[in-house]
Amino acid sequence: MKLERTPLVTTLERRLLLRGGFSLGALTLLAGCDISDQDSVHRALAAVSRWNDRAQAALFGGTRLAPVFAEKDAVKDFRYNAFFAAEDAPKLSAADYKLELSGLIADKKPWTVDMLYGLPQQSSQITRHVCVEGWSMIGKWSGPPLSVLLRMVGADLNAKYVGFQCADGYHGSIDMASALHPQTILAFKLSDEVLPVKYGYPFKVRIPTKLGFKNPKWVTTMYVTNRYPGGFWEDRGYNWFSGL
Amino acid sequence: MSAALARIEPLRLRVHRTPLILRITHWLNALAVVLMIGSGWRIYNWYPALPFGFAFPVWASLGGDPHVTQGLSGEDGLANALAWHFGAMWLLAVNFAVYLAYGVFSGHFRRDLLPVGPRGFIRDFAAAARGKLAHRLGEQNAVQKAFYWGVMLAIVVMLLSGLGIWKPVQFSGLTWLFGGYEFARVVHFLGMSAIMAFIVVHVALALLVPKTLQSMVTGIATEPADEGGRR
Repeated sequence: MKLERTPLVTTLERRLLLRGGFSLGALTLLAGCDISDQDSVHRALAAVSRWNDRAQAALFGGTRLAPVFAEKDAVKDFRYNAFFAAEDAPKLSAADYKLELSGLIADKKPWTVDMLYGLPQQSSQITRHVCVEGWSMIGKWSGPPLSVLLRMVGADLNAKYVGFQCADGYHGSIDMASALHPQTILAFKLSDEVLPVKYGYPFKVRIPTKLGFKNPKWVTTMYVTNRYPGGFWEDRGYNWFSGL
Repeated sequence: MSAALARIEPLRLRVHRTPLILRITHWLNALAVVLMIGSGWRIYNWYPALPFGFAFPVWASLGGDPHVTQGLSGEDGLANALAWHFGAMWLLAVNFAVYLAYGVFSGHFRRDLLPVGPRGFIRDFAAAARGKLAHRLGEQNAVQKAFYWGVMLAIVVMLLSGLGIWKPVQFSGLTWLFGGYEFARVVHFLGMSAIMAFIVVHVALALLVPKTLQSMVTGIATEPADEGGRR
């Protein structure tokens, strides 16, 4: 299979290079059912994406802050965004909700909503949420830095990744440097109100230094690991680091 | 007999050579621009930066057949287009940097693309409009020079506004410079439009004077020594 495919792809790529040079007709060649759908092209693009992960990690400033905006810029009716309708959002109740902890964490005792909402150093931020699709929206989120929780539970802060498992089946992961960034918070509130169900109750991990899909909602498990955990959209070809 | 022979003038040729590095950077740039624009159109379609409902035809954009990408990765080709865009950007940026360095240090800019001033531009533009502008291989008139500087400026704007869109936190100053995140996307669109306009004119002229294309491919083209002056 592989032996059969390689020469074809090479020919395609060579033709692409030639035509690409000569005319915009290459655009039609590239489009539709053509080169993008080849396995080898997918692998090459995935390799470039991993290189971009490293480039973005190098670029990332651990204390460089995302721009903050004025109260009047914050959108009150924030856009609902998930791969299902708002009515189908998981309704987690304060009575039985528990945040499970696992992986490289010393104290894995689960956290209730009361315990979480009692965390110290809570503050507000008015920052821009940027979606990978291109839209963006400024909102006001409030809560404690994720780093406060990570330190309290004795997470291995030298580990590479912090991962999240969510009640809707969504999962994601971020680099430790971003997890410890001062603006990475557990958002308990949106627009000064307790986070509504459709926005991720009891909290959304709000990371203004990352694209929107890196901000998980309805989180039920948090874990720390050195093994690359991937994520829902990352497994579907989106760049993992996705920093802003 | 001798009089007849004397009338046969020796054919005098002007030889124009295009250095290998210029040819390589030119075609790599062409490839990078095609990839950037193709994938950029797919990305644009997902959430248009312009306020009116305008979209690029999917067949002309890069990111795979949406039906196929749905089967492969469960999405409609945005992930694929983004991967192309953030891959080809390195090719565009590095290749462009090599070209700029070559242009400055080899004297290519000074020799071939300077001087360019408003007076020469108006003179040559008027001559071109009357169809009286001579074309000599390897010699750029003032209008051409201005066009080349213009498209280079457009590429710079694309790289910087692109950086401002890709990294509005790490390069927030750049994003601010382009009028904030939302407006930077509009600037990025306008820069693309300028480059598209350049490509249309540039390709049309290259087809009208095929020897320029020959020179840009093989590195060498010739024309009768006085042809440029006569046309």
